Amino acid sequence: MAYFEMAKTVLKSVLHGPSTIRYPAQPAKITPISRGRVVIDPSQCISCGMCMRKCPADAICVSREEKTWEIDRLRCHVCNCCVEVCPVHCLTMETQYSPAVTVREGRELVKITYVKPERPAKPDAGEKEQAGSS
Amino acid sequence: MSKEIVIPFGPQHPVLPEPIHLDLVIEDEKVKEALPSIGYVHRGLETLVEKREFPEYVYIAERICGICSFIHGATYCQAVETLMNVEVPERALYLRTIWSEYSRLHSHLLWLGLFADGMGFENLFMDAWRLREHVLDDLEATTGGRVIQGSCKVGGVRRDIDAAKLDEMSNGLDGFRGELADLVDVFLNDSSVRSRLKNVGVLSKHDAYADGAVGPVLRASGVASDARMLGYAAYGNLHFKPVVEEGCDCYARCAVRAKEMYASIDLIKEAVQKIPDGPIEVKVTGKPDGEYFARAEQPRGEVVHYVKGNGTRHLARHRVRTPTITNVPPMVKMLAGCELADVPVIVLSIDPCIGCCER
Repeated sequence: MAYFEMAKTVLKSVLHGPSTIRYPAQPAKITPISRGRVVIDPSQCISCGMCMRKCPADAICVSREEKTWEIDRLRCHVCNCCVEVCPVHCLTMETQYSPAVTVREGRELVKITYVKPERPAKPDAGEKEQAGSS
Repeated sequence: MSKEIVIPFGPQHPVLPEPIHLDLVIEDEKVKEALPSIGYVHRGLETLVEKREFPEYVYIAERICGICSFIHGATYCQAVETLMNVEVPERALYLRTIWSEYSRLHSHLLWLGLFADGMGFENLFMDAWRLREHVLDDLEATTGGRVIQGSCKVGGVRRDIDAAKLDEMSNGLDGFRGELADLVDVFLNDSSVRSRLKNVGVLSKHDAYADGAVGPVLRASGVASDARMLGYAAYGNLHFKPVVEEGCDCYARCAVRAKEMYASIDLIKEAVQKIPDGPIEVKVTGKPDGEYFARAEQPRGEVVHYVKGNGTRHLARHRVRTPTITNVPPMVKMLAGCELADVPVIVLSIDPCIGCCER
């Protein structure tokens, strides 16, 4: 039977000081790949809706007609799935967590500002032939 | 003449982190019988398999449990990969093994903390959880998530760990082992802990085997059964020996988990040494068809993931047999005849995870 098994730990703890950090005065520990929250660059989004279809939690709603992208922060479980499937990489994962929200505040609506670039005018048939011969 | 009374225990109880309800039939201070009931946190995750395509379902499979999440995801992937005859790269298998063992470390430390709390040893609880942060930090730095890693996918893993980080992790575990030794020393040698756990909740070897106990509960009753001996993922290439205790009581179950943490550290260090270079994933094409049972060892015991495909992108059925549900009948046997004051310790000794169990 042994006694004073905790003595070493107690002494260490007294000398070491607290193991916790004084958040929010001191910033929380975050790594470069921490999954905090999904953010969108509305100038890049082509409204393809891949993120909406692949989202395991049904947290994203993309409307092509109204040009909006909506996320429910309380449904989103930050799995990184939408970021991976986005074909134009307009979704990114931020390392900061989203702040505490109520159900109403949790729905975040973003107006998509992407403008489809105009297609270059088709070259004339004559020009094409010239390009082909040169 | 004493009278039988029924005391309800749970689903909300100060020492019980999980929502299980027990009707304890008490005579004097002795428990004559315990009648368990569950059904407080059912979420219907298995049905979701019909609504999500099989590669996306990994995220849901991982969220079956909030503690052994990585192993759930990895076992689901293992089942689908076998169904589709996907050859997973060796490096991915090693990475899965490393993360699985990290999950086991953090789960066992969490359990040791909760167990100490159940005994009424608050300081020990905080000390165990302080140590657990080291493991969680490594998990976050390599996968991006502290508890839900999300790094496993059908056909491999999503993230690689570079050689420098692997070395850092391996070296970090040396210091961690020293601190762990101080903690385990208290659990295994402290006189108050010993007197609280010795000869409490005895489950004989025969009962453990016959009632279908799994994991540390079974191994603490002297049966060397561990799904890692099957050699799935990279375990076949590592030197793994199951930890077995003969005590059959709560102390033995505590000892099995404590010693398994050292085994996990050894496995991680060996895997870091042997990990081969190469790709971390293969492209998965096609649709799963057929059915398969995948078995893996979770911190709580053996988990079985059953998947059935019907030739579409959506699986027809996914069924999980979690370790807690099979450990409930042995727990009922342990509770019969114990003191009322020992009930929290005995219930916690099976490491109940009801969230996992009900899905």
